[in-house]
Amino acid sequence: MKHFRRLSTPYLIWCLLFILVPFVLIFLYAFTTTGNPVRTLHFTLSNFAKINDPAYIKVFVKSLGLGALTTAICLVLGYPLAYIISRQEEARQNALIMAVTVPTWINMLLRTYAWMNLLSDNGIINGFLKFLGIDPVTMMYTSFSVIIGMICNFMPFMVISIHTSLEKMDYSLIEAAMDLGATPAQTFTKVILRLSMPGVLNGVVIVFLMAISSFMIPKLLGGGQYMLIGNLIEQQFISVGDWNFGSAVSLILAVIILLLMRLMKKMDVQREDG
Amino acid sequence: MENLIELRNLTKNYNDQQVLRGINLVIHQNEFLTLLGPSGCGKTTTLRIIGGFEEQSSGEVLFDGVDISAVPPYKREVNTVFQHYALFPHLNVFDNVAFGLNVRKEDKTIVKSKVERMLSLVGLAGFGPRDVSRLSGGQQQRVAIARALVNEPKVLLLDEPLGALDAKLRKEMQMELKKIQKEVGITFIFVTHDQEEALSMSDTVVVMNEGQIQQIGTPIDIYNEPENRFVANFIGESNIVDGIMKKDYLVSFDGVDFECVDKGFPENEPVDVVIRPEDLDIVKPEDGKLQGEVKSVVFKGVHYEITVAAERRCYKVHTTDYSAPGTQVGLTLTPDDIHVMWKMEY
Repeated sequence: MKHFRRLSTPYLIWCLLFILVPFVLIFLYAFTTTGNPVRTLHFTLSNFAKINDPAYIKVFVKSLGLGALTTAICLVLGYPLAYIISRQEEARQNALIMAVTVPTWINMLLRTYAWMNLLSDNGIINGFLKFLGIDPVTMMYTSFSVIIGMICNFMPFMVISIHTSLEKMDYSLIEAAMDLGATPAQTFTKVILRLSMPGVLNGVVIVFLMAISSFMIPKLLGGGQYMLIGNLIEQQFISVGDWNFGSAVSLILAVIILLLMRLMKKMDVQREDG
Repeated sequence: MENLIELRNLTKNYNDQQVLRGINLVIHQNEFLTLLGPSGCGKTTTLRIIGGFEEQSSGEVLFDGVDISAVPPYKREVNTVFQHYALFPHLNVFDNVAFGLNVRKEDKTIVKSKVERMLSLVGLAGFGPRDVSRLSGGQQQRVAIARALVNEPKVLLLDEPLGALDAKLRKEMQMELKKIQKEVGITFIFVTHDQEEALSMSDTVVVMNEGQIQQIGTPIDIYNEPENRFVANFIGESNIVDGIMKKDYLVSFDGVDFECVDKGFPENEPVDVVIRPEDLDIVKPEDGKLQGEVKSVVFKGVHYEITVAAERRCYKVHTTDYSAPGTQVGLTLTPDDIHVMWKMEY
């Protein structure tokens, strides 16, 4: 066993260089003032105080709200899809799961550009509406287009996560529930849904995290003025150049994510106990 | 006994494979009936059709005289003990047993008293708050039985429920199941491929093979009067010999005429003759009706299994007396040790 341990060395170096060091740097930036030389660090909390500004608070609230909405829609659409797939024969299941993942084979940027084409004022959908004699609708650069883009990109993760736990479920449990007199609706709520909860929680966490931290989709489909947490961080680093504030926002996002994961974990444990 | 379930000409096809080829069976109230057969004989399919988990391709399932083919499983007055128990992993023992009562929205205090009564019936009093995944196989089995019986079904279906238990526990559970069936006084339909289990528990045994019923009878009938070569082979061990029914009460095989208790065959009809190994007696060569040499002796615990090579075939003999290999011996048997069957029609 001992000589196998040496094989992990490259991985440890990788972790150190690309995860730990950047994280320490972000930490340093977040708690120091702008432009001080490395040897004389001036620690401050002012970067965090800066966030207490209605404009920035609004960005956070909007991001979390949009993330929640995206997650909810993915769940409501994804669960039935995952359920239907899990009830098919095995060969068919594999084909359908592959079909769900096919969009992820194409670069996210490309997919997002495709949506721009579909949704824009002179785009394909509005062209079709015009053909039917209906007035064009503005869809691009709204929350609608951003949510569409996010759902489209993140849905596969929800479906696969739920499908995994549904597929593992012993079908005789469903038969047992029916045998004991549970109607199809009762069988669903008392057995199927309960047993697929780990997959549901997993999918919710993944989609929500991706939704609140995404910046490419809101940038392209929401336009330059559309601001979510991801865009705020990007803006601070790329255009404003305030790395310290950008780092502080990143840390807050990280803390939110950490708390959410703890919460989900707790829910999972409680569910098993209860 | 009153008729409870009647299967009429039941068939079932999967794609182009016919797994049931016309099952006709009457199941009575209070009966312990076992469907017995090798795997793939259609016994589980029959049970699943009664439970409502599968639909027959043709034929009728009558319950109390009414065709229930279109009734979904959750409205049928039967409950099932599944092969791998199918206990709900997210519920404890009490909630597993209470499941059926809870979905019917029974009063909480009634649920509590019924569940506790049922748990003590299966010997699990006080196990209510336990996690089902931490129970032993035998305990899980009992929970599954309690979960089904608490709903007071008219019929309990059991799909090879003892298959996953070790030999000793199996024996215990066989006795226990029989006792429970007497106590609750309902019909049990039990599926197994274990002939010993079927013989020791059942009122009625239904032997099945390749989607057809081979014989229906009491365990004693099935063992002593098998109707054909398949049943004789499947239930217990037998010597099955080609013979000729010369006339009533006289059968000839291996060139020797034997008196027997069978009649009603045409003269000189070719038949199968069944002789159970424990019915053959080893005697001195000159006292035997058949002669041969002891080929092998295997110790089986209670008895020896001795193979005697006679002139035309080997006979299997079960006896408590040892005979050394190589000894010349004779074999005798009395008229009622011989059972004559019609040749199987293929």
